[in-house]
Amino acid sequence: MTSDTAEHEHIVSYKKLASVWGALLVLTAATVAITRADLGAAKVWAALGIASLKSGLVIAFFMHMKYEARLFRIILFVALVTLAIFIGFTFFDVLYR
Amino acid sequence: MSHSEHKDNVGAKLGMWLFLFTELLLFGGLFILYAVYLERYPHEFSLAGRELNVVFGTVNTVVLLTSSLFAAMAVTAVKRGERGTTLALLGGTLGCAAIFLVIKYFEWSAKIHHGIFPGSSRLLAGAPGESVFFSLYYITTGLHGVHVVIGGAILSWIGARVKRGTLNAGDNVALENGTLYWHLVDLVWIFIFPLYYLIL
Repeated sequence: MTSDTAEHEHIVSYKKLASVWGALLVLTAATVAITRADLGAAKVWAALGIASLKSGLVIAFFMHMKYEARLFRIILFVALVTLAIFIGFTFFDVLYR
Repeated sequence: MSHSEHKDNVGAKLGMWLFLFTELLLFGGLFILYAVYLERYPHEFSLAGRELNVVFGTVNTVVLLTSSLFAAMAVTAVKRGERGTTLALLGGTLGCAAIFLVIKYFEWSAKIHHGIFPGSSRLLAGAPGESVFFSLYYITTGLHGVHVVIGGAILSWIGARVKRGTLNAGDNVALENGTLYWHLVDLVWIFIFPLYYLIL
């Protein structure tokens, strides 16, 4: 169904965009609620997890990544891996000096 | 505009995404700095982070998410050939951008009023971790604010083209790319908000 060349453009309905927005607001409320609780380091990971989930929704639907050719997802993956390597190697240095 | 020129919408969007990745790495660098200094000064970061106003941060998050919704809906509207709706939605995005900047102005004014700004006597006298936190706060939210202004300018220019009719259902990749930039501004804020306002 999905070919590498997207010859017809996909139109995302208003309804679908509004539901994504609703989900983003719910996740925002959840992240505020979770970080008000006294969870220590766990709340950092919870907040970052929710932020990643929100980013996924924005990228997939608002930015149409779900409907683009596979090449777009490959380069997104490469960019995220690059960033993860930067973060990972920085902490190998910082944490084990 | 009836001359037929070759258009490569997929190529145009691919180029935009490559540019967005450079932006991702730019802000990623600032987040790495934040993480390293949080690891070094956890106590100072925690105290300094509590100076930030969670209400301002939360309201601005909702405002930016809504602006992104309007931008995404504008792409749907232009592809359906609804010119009036496209313009109204772009106006909504710009309105949200303005609200965001006004709130940011009040937030920064309050901080500066309390003597919290890079090089202020209060921060110079305080713990080093505290001044690092606020330097990173000002540079990250400042760079993000510059992106809001640039994104607003790009969407205004696109709105003018929609109004003239040179950007329409048949040729709308400029609007798609402009909104992609706008969503990136939203994405960066999705991470600034928990890191600076919530977890400390």
